[in-house]
Amino acid sequence: MIPVVPPARTEGPTPLFGAYGIVKRFGDFTANDGIDLEIRAGEIHALLGENGAGKSTLMKILYGLLEPSEGVVTHRGDVVRLANPEAARALGIGMVFQHFSLCENLTVAENIALVMPRSLSGRGLKARIAAVGTTYGLHLDPDRPVWSLSAGERQRIEIIRCLLQDPHLVILDEPTSVLTPGEADLLFGVLERLRDEGRALLYISHRLDEVRRLCTRATILRGGRVVGTCDPRTETARSLAAMMVGVQVGEVTPPAGEAAGPERLVLSGLTLSAPGLHGTALNRVSLSVRGGEIVGIAGIAGNGQAELFDALSGEALAPEPGMVRFDGVMSGRLGITARRRGGAGFVPEERNGHGAAPTLSLSDNAILSRHATAGLSRFGFLRRAAARSLARAVIDTFDVRKAGPDPAAGTLSGGNLQKYLMGREILAEPGILVVNQPTWGVDALAAAHIRQALLDLAGRGAAVLVMSQDLDELFEIAGRIAVLHDGTLSPAVPTGETTRETLGLLMGGAEPAAVPPQISMVADAPRVPTHAH
Amino acid sequence: MSLDILQMVLVTVIAAATPLMIAALGELVAERAGVLNLGVEGMMVLGAATGFAVAVETGSTLVGAAAGAGAGLALSALFGLLTVVLSANQVASGLAMTILGLGLSGLVGASYVGLKREPAPHLALPGLSDLPGIGRLLFGQDAFVYLAFALAAGVWWFLLRTRSGLVLRAIGDDHTATHALGLQVRKVRFLAVLFGGACAGLAGAYLSLSYTPFWAPAMTAGRGWIALALVVFASWRPFRVLAGAMLFGGATVLQLNAQAAGIGLPGQLLSALPYLATILALVLLSLGRRQGGSLAPASLGRVFTPHR
Amino acid sequence: MRIDLTPRANRSALMDALSPVLAFLAALVVGGFVVAALGRSPAAAFVTYFVAPLSEVWSLQEVALKAAPLALIATGLAFCFRANVWNIGAEGQFVMGGLFGGWIGVATHGATGNTAWVLPLMLVVGTLAGLLYALIPALLKVRLGVSEILTSLMLVYVAELLLDYMARGPLRDPAGFNFPQSVAFDEAARLPYLMEGDTLHAGVAIALAVLVLASLVLARTLFGFTVRVVGASPRAARFAGFSDARLTLAVFAVSGAAAGLAGISEVAGRIGQLQPSISPGYGFTAIIVAFLGRLSPVGILVAALVIALTTIGGEGAQIDLKLPLDLTRAFQGLLLALVLGADALSRYRVRLVPGVAA
Repeated sequence: MIPVVPPARTEGPTPLFGAYGIVKRFGDFTANDGIDLEIRAGEIHALLGENGAGKSTLMKILYGLLEPSEGVVTHRGDVVRLANPEAARALGIGMVFQHFSLCENLTVAENIALVMPRSLSGRGLKARIAAVGTTYGLHLDPDRPVWSLSAGERQRIEIIRCLLQDPHLVILDEPTSVLTPGEADLLFGVLERLRDEGRALLYISHRLDEVRRLCTRATILRGGRVVGTCDPRTETARSLAAMMVGVQVGEVTPPAGEAAGPERLVLSGLTLSAPGLHGTALNRVSLSVRGGEIVGIAGIAGNGQAELFDALSGEALAPEPGMVRFDGVMSGRLGITARRRGGAGFVPEERNGHGAAPTLSLSDNAILSRHATAGLSRFGFLRRAAARSLARAVIDTFDVRKAGPDPAAGTLSGGNLQKYLMGREILAEPGILVVNQPTWGVDALAAAHIRQALLDLAGRGAAVLVMSQDLDELFEIAGRIAVLHDGTLSPAVPTGETTRETLGLLMGGAEPAAVPPQISMVADAPRVPTHAH
Repeated sequence: MSLDILQMVLVTVIAAATPLMIAALGELVAERAGVLNLGVEGMMVLGAATGFAVAVETGSTLVGAAAGAGAGLALSALFGLLTVVLSANQVASGLAMTILGLGLSGLVGASYVGLKREPAPHLALPGLSDLPGIGRLLFGQDAFVYLAFALAAGVWWFLLRTRSGLVLRAIGDDHTATHALGLQVRKVRFLAVLFGGACAGLAGAYLSLSYTPFWAPAMTAGRGWIALALVVFASWRPFRVLAGAMLFGGATVLQLNAQAAGIGLPGQLLSALPYLATILALVLLSLGRRQGGSLAPASLGRVFTPHR
Repeated sequence: MRIDLTPRANRSALMDALSPVLAFLAALVVGGFVVAALGRSPAAAFVTYFVAPLSEVWSLQEVALKAAPLALIATGLAFCFRANVWNIGAEGQFVMGGLFGGWIGVATHGATGNTAWVLPLMLVVGTLAGLLYALIPALLKVRLGVSEILTSLMLVYVAELLLDYMARGPLRDPAGFNFPQSVAFDEAARLPYLMEGDTLHAGVAIALAVLVLASLVLARTLFGFTVRVVGASPRAARFAGFSDARLTLAVFAVSGAAAGLAGISEVAGRIGQLQPSISPGYGFTAIIVAFLGRLSPVGILVAALVIALTTIGGEGAQIDLKLPLDLTRAFQGLLLALVLGADALSRYRVRLVPGVAA
């Protein structure tokens, strides 16, 4: 390998690991677009960015799970090729994944032994686990089965697995997403000890307070590019958030007209325990949506959107019927068909596999959600002709492009299938529509079409609730916006009275009370902070 | 009951239990790796036919037994190709193997029906084998019986005391996690299937070479299915397989003796006991399932297609 | 080097329909080699197996009589398998249907007066018996999460032993010279014959009727739609409001009912009395038929005919060519294995790829 002099070389000692000019394309989509990153020994380096910013792609490249389309990775100045995780581990790169690879019915020691080389997995292993535990404060009983451990304890297994291989760089992917605050503090102690030993840590997280506490450098990604590097300790959470979500002058004014309709969708203190280990519990979610308005719920993926959607659709039942009300009817314990009969419609985040069955035709998929509300079944018999004409109506009204008269749903492009699923619900003229990520993965033209359809539906008096990670979209169509973070919903504020950076703070976990509301601003005036933090 | 009669009974029980033990231990390993092989019956009966045929031709019980194991292994290789490599449905593939095995066994054994040969030689240690009460039981069995017990110990040691066994158990617990860790899921599963097939074939060879030293069509009479039930009954633990095999083997002996003794219970009810007991065991296993824990290999029967 | 499977994006419908045919041809080729190895002419064997049974009325009737229970049971199984529910106990449900339906036949033996209600009652009772027996593994699965594969299989043996006990004991014909069988059923308790020759009984018509009905239900009713969706996309099925538990119970009930009906049809049709054994493994062979027929009623009809044809043909080959019956069995097993393999090849693209073995 010819050592390549990387561009933009910074002063100081050679970084332990460097990535220069990293580009990664998946077909037409560019996940990483010319990223430079340098990590030094004895440093905890944060990698910040919203979902879709390119963090996980970059991380996979550094761990050898992906190879870059362009660009190089260097180790102590020498260019290296990370063809697979084994190569990365050989260079001293270790990774603690967000989703653990653990066998539930095996013990702690057995799970650790699985990744140790044969020579090291024998008798001495338990002693070494204990030694690592003592050194770093990561205590675990090696004989306990994994299913009996908490999320924090399971993460300790992953960390010990990583540390036993004596890594020089430890990559941590959203490590505190499953931890209680107490467990997080313990973790920070471990990380600081590792740093003091001269190792490098790459810390990927959304949580700005943690980043400001732990990290001495941060690289911020947006849209696949580096938009800034800084020392988080000298920044405020607000400025970090601003860099993450982007400050845009001249915001689009949301559609005019106060929502004067009745409250049609009301959530009262909706509380639901987490479905499984990596789920998010819902914590006293309260919200009301009036007829004629679109309310947006902003939030980074994984903060309870799917759980909230399931509670709204009836795929998960609320503990009490009154927690969810559709047009005044207590619906918390009703199934999805009953809620549809009551005039509600739902569009989930996952198109293929949840909103639609990919191997079934479009007309069959019309039956899927509309069998009870479009007269598509009578006395138990399907009315195929009616289903086909409903499908045709959706296709025509929403300009769905497809091959053949009634193809399988899985053959449509993302944008077209999403238009179909939207249209399928909207043509039912629901009084209440709940949508999760309306334009995720959808091309711009189809996205515009969908957003207009939502606005039109609201204009006809429906109450529309939109969950989206795309703040631009919410600013465009929503009259009020709330933020969902870790299963808790902030109060919904009128779109004109808030800004991206305020929402960004809430999305990053700041307490709603600590975030001052922003007075609405004139389009071209420069932004003047009203508080110093 | 005199000691000699007790010994006779125990010897009979062990003889009935041996084929179940061997077949079940092999299937246990396959299931611990996550593969459900419903073709055990087919592999067993093919092993019986092949073992007998080869033993007659070569005059050697040992070669016959090896051939029986080899036949089971070959059939299980086809099963492995379908289910592990091509990710085909495990239930359907297993049943196909059972039918294929039954058919092939008839073809292989056709010209050997009605032939008799010497039963497999029994151990004869001077002095020890003649001890009253326990001599024949402990020191006078044939090689298959000792092999069955050794196999139980060997499987136990392999699964619970070696690293390869740990990897196999991990794969059976979670093929997604182990794949993400870089372990070779399909290779391990294929080898486990081969081992299970060889054991099933060997168990069948025992039937035709020792239990009744002749071949008759479909002579396994459903023992392969009982071996499957036995694995679940034993909660996938090798030594419990031994105990369960004795119970199931004993039920057969009990039934014969009860009928002879004129006990009122219908013979069919006694014969049905092992099957009813299995259902009961399954129900109890489910009721006693710890929250979050699972006694069965968690990925048993699930299709695995690696995505890279 | 490792073998890599990538799901094919577009499964051509042509390949899907063609793959069982290709598998069949491959099985024929292998069978031909085996026949040659046994010292017979493959061509003669082919004629005896596949052509001869179709050439005479009585053998055609036999084929139909063998295909009917296979098709009937397999149709019920198709509902289960499409929903990813594994009913391996159809043999037991068949036996229970024959036993309890046949019991009515024994109980009404010698009755005088209007006996038109006897046969319909037998059919209903037989169907119900199969249905209820199938609900046992279904309930154990839904309520306790117990694997339905093992429970339904164990219940097969229980059913067979129960029939054995009843036929040799309480239901044995007291005037039958101690033969282990019940009285022969009256005329009123037998299925009518469909044509001259006293062989082809109405069981064939029943099977066909159920096949047509099942085809309609799967394609045209909401229930059939539910079955199709649950197996293909379980999450979408929940989004549609379909309940997993209710569906499992329903498909087991359908499958048990079909098997029970087949059982009583066999007893009231061909056998005419209760015996310790009433099935040459129909319940298990039907599983093969279901998979060969790709779980669709039309395919099942074809597959049942092929299996029945090869079975009858095998009997003929045993007489004419001295080819063992086991050859048929082996052929059927091999055919299923090849169909499964061909299906996998049409679902995935298989390549040898450099890299670490997975």
